[in-house]
Amino acid sequence: MAITLERIPGREERVILSMGPQHPSTHGVLRLVLELEGETVVRSLYDIGYLHTGFEKSFEDKTYTQGITLTDRMDYLAPLSNNLGFCLAAEKLLDLEIPARAQWVRVLLTELTRIQSHLVWLGSHAIDLGAMSVFLYCFREREDILNIFEMVSGQRMMTSYFRVGGLALEPPLGWLKRVDTFAKYFPERLEEYEALLTRNPIWLRRTQGIGYLSAEDAIALGVSGPSLRGSGVEWDLRKRQPYSSYEKFEFTVPTRAEGDVYARYLVRLDEMRESLKIVQQAMQGMPEGPIKAKAPHIVLPDREEMKTSIEALIYHFKLVTEGFHPPVGEVYQAIESPRGELGFYMVSDGSPRPYRCHVRAPSFANLQALPKMIEGRLIADVVACIGTIDIILGEVDR
Amino acid sequence: MPGDLDTYPPLKQLKEFDPAAVEEARSFRGEVTLYIRWQSLRRICEVLRDAPELQFKFLADLTAVDLFPHEPRFEVVYHLLSMKMNERLRLKVRLPGSNPRVESMVPVWPAANAFEREVFDLFGIVFEGHPHLERILMPEDWEGHPLRKDYPVQGDITRWP
Repeated sequence: MAITLERIPGREERVILSMGPQHPSTHGVLRLVLELEGETVVRSLYDIGYLHTGFEKSFEDKTYTQGITLTDRMDYLAPLSNNLGFCLAAEKLLDLEIPARAQWVRVLLTELTRIQSHLVWLGSHAIDLGAMSVFLYCFREREDILNIFEMVSGQRMMTSYFRVGGLALEPPLGWLKRVDTFAKYFPERLEEYEALLTRNPIWLRRTQGIGYLSAEDAIALGVSGPSLRGSGVEWDLRKRQPYSSYEKFEFTVPTRAEGDVYARYLVRLDEMRESLKIVQQAMQGMPEGPIKAKAPHIVLPDREEMKTSIEALIYHFKLVTEGFHPPVGEVYQAIESPRGELGFYMVSDGSPRPYRCHVRAPSFANLQALPKMIEGRLIADVVACIGTIDIILGEVDR
Repeated sequence: MPGDLDTYPPLKQLKEFDPAAVEEARSFRGEVTLYIRWQSLRRICEVLRDAPELQFKFLADLTAVDLFPHEPRFEVVYHLLSMKMNERLRLKVRLPGSNPRVESMVPVWPAANAFEREVFDLFGIVFEGHPHLERILMPEDWEGHPLRKDYPVQGDITRWP
């Protein structure tokens, strides 16, 4: 039996509608149960778990390095943010110092990830509300970012590029030129989207005053990321609890006080601009140096070194066959993913596999705000509200 | 980052409020973990949320760890965030392996709703007073709790006729 809403006696005229999991605007496999009076949503319930894959159980059976590949598949629109969160948690467990160059490459790539993820959000959000062409433009620009990812890591989406202790490979020559080309033309493209939407009367009618969420409710419900900042709370982990040397970059945290769908739209657009600023700073100030930490018992040696040094060969063998042993302990590392606070809670028992690895998925928590946004509103606004919290079901269900 | 646990403000405050509530305090990599007696969890959480100088209003995460075959077997883990102090705090409650039950924190932080359902689903820990305690990720008719350490990962052994 699927989850459903119980009818209230005496209210038999109300329709109980099951929306999803195959509905195109539910962004994956989200199912909603709505109780409707006319066209107004009276009560609602969400049903998730259709994409449950048991990642947290799988982590327990994989070494830390193998675990990185699982993280890509959770939030598949922001694979590098997930990689970063996982690696930072493991590095905190190990108390490992990461060289500056690796940190800057990480910052640059995760900010590109943020732009890329917001582009998909903007495109699909707009298409949900009937603005078709924005979708095509957004995916055109996203393609260029994916090409950069492919150039760097060999993969467009499932990158698995960061490693515990640094990066998998030195980025190829000329990649910064590609990033530079993108950074040069992208502001113009952002203006293009804004010209299509920001003052468009239909867009305004569909988004302004819809899906209101107050700051108190947002905090109480565990909402984070752009959805929280759209309610006027200036909270960004990159600023407040900096990781991976974000404190060395200059950017502002866009916030809007209105707390509606339109406010969150503007916040995300501004975030893309800020991310681009960070990308440009990272490009200009990219330090030289190693991309891996000096920790032979944790980080794989270079290929050349492995062929010439017996110690490196032994370490290589030990790392590949067994993995590294973090000390006994537990850490919680949170990063600001494009969707909000992405946290990794890692418990180590001293073995090469995490004893427990829990993922605090931002979409999972943000989804709890959905009933608050849609109850008492029209059913047509439900689609706008699902789009505005930007959920990724792969991450919700894990 | 707390240098010395005894002067760590939340711990000091809690000790003044109820000296018996905090069983143990640990610090690892700059993160503080407080083990709370399950009987006092609700009041402790309310103090942490409401004390004007603490304001742990944001429940960042709620999960559990299975320490099978050790006893007490389960630890329920709460990750709190205070935006005012810009500080994180981890609370833990130890629960026995047979019939693990703890009070629901939904009245304190509504955010706990989905997280507690997830822990109920995957660990089989019951949260008393939860408004809607049902499976959330696994199918409704699923048997067992997959994140327990004694859960058969390979499934049942296939028997040939």
